[in-house]
Amino acid sequence: MLRIILALIAGSLFGAGLMLSGMTDTAKVQGWLDIFGHWDPTLGFVMGGALLPMALAWRLAEGRKPAAGGSFPALPRAGPDRRLILGSILFGAGWGLAGFCPGPAMASLSYNGWQGALFLSAMACGMIAAPRISRHLDRRAANA
Amino acid sequence: METDWIQGLAGGVLIGLGGAVYLLGNGRIMGASGILGGLLDGSGRSSAKERLAFIAGVIVMPLLIGLSAGSPATHATSNAAILIAAGVLVGLGTRMANGCTSGHGVCGVSRLSLRGITATAAFMLAGILTVAILRQVLGAI
Repeated sequence: MLRIILALIAGSLFGAGLMLSGMTDTAKVQGWLDIFGHWDPTLGFVMGGALLPMALAWRLAEGRKPAAGGSFPALPRAGPDRRLILGSILFGAGWGLAGFCPGPAMASLSYNGWQGALFLSAMACGMIAAPRISRHLDRRAANA
Repeated sequence: METDWIQGLAGGVLIGLGGAVYLLGNGRIMGASGILGGLLDGSGRSSAKERLAFIAGVIVMPLLIGLSAGSPATHATSNAAILIAAGVLVGLGTRMANGCTSGHGVCGVSRLSLRGITATAAFMLAGILTVAILRQVLGAI
């Protein structure tokens, strides 16, 4: 039960933050990416503001256990690989194209009408297809 | 317009606090794509309840704020083909890369994770390039 309550609190803070910060405004997001045009630096403040409590949280996590039990996620031992970079490039292209990333896409379901719902549905399809495509790429890489 | 950065900073702190609660409370990385994607492809079945609770918060909180303070402008395109193409790219890419703006960008970078920093640099560059092509070359959006 504690895990569920904490997840609900975390999600609520995240949702409120996305809305207040302007991350749910696709024009603002595209303005942040538009460094060769009318650059809007607002999202830099969003990123900076989010990194502060998170960096502190990683510090606090050292030598402790999570409140609801279990353990903290280990830092991945593997470095960046092809799948990480290729996936991030595909994500960035989609992010720039419509100005939605996954968190704000979920948050926008509440008030963004059919556009948010259509984007979210397409995103869900991509997420369901991803493991199959990843396996296919792995097989091709192994055979090459 | 002058208060945009204050709102951005305050909203950012709330996002970071959400990540801090999820990490220190449940021992998990707050990544929007991972939490949703794990539900959709079945890989997160054992933690389905807390994933659903998180998503409920993400959706309901903006709804409550919107009802009391009014919904903010969103400016989403009404071009269905762009929305679908962008959605598929975001869904596919974030699952392949195991993270998005929240997981890699906020939680990974704040931990100085090399994978998180690399992913963030890659999606930022791809996003900048996409917007540059759309606006400067094609004259769209």
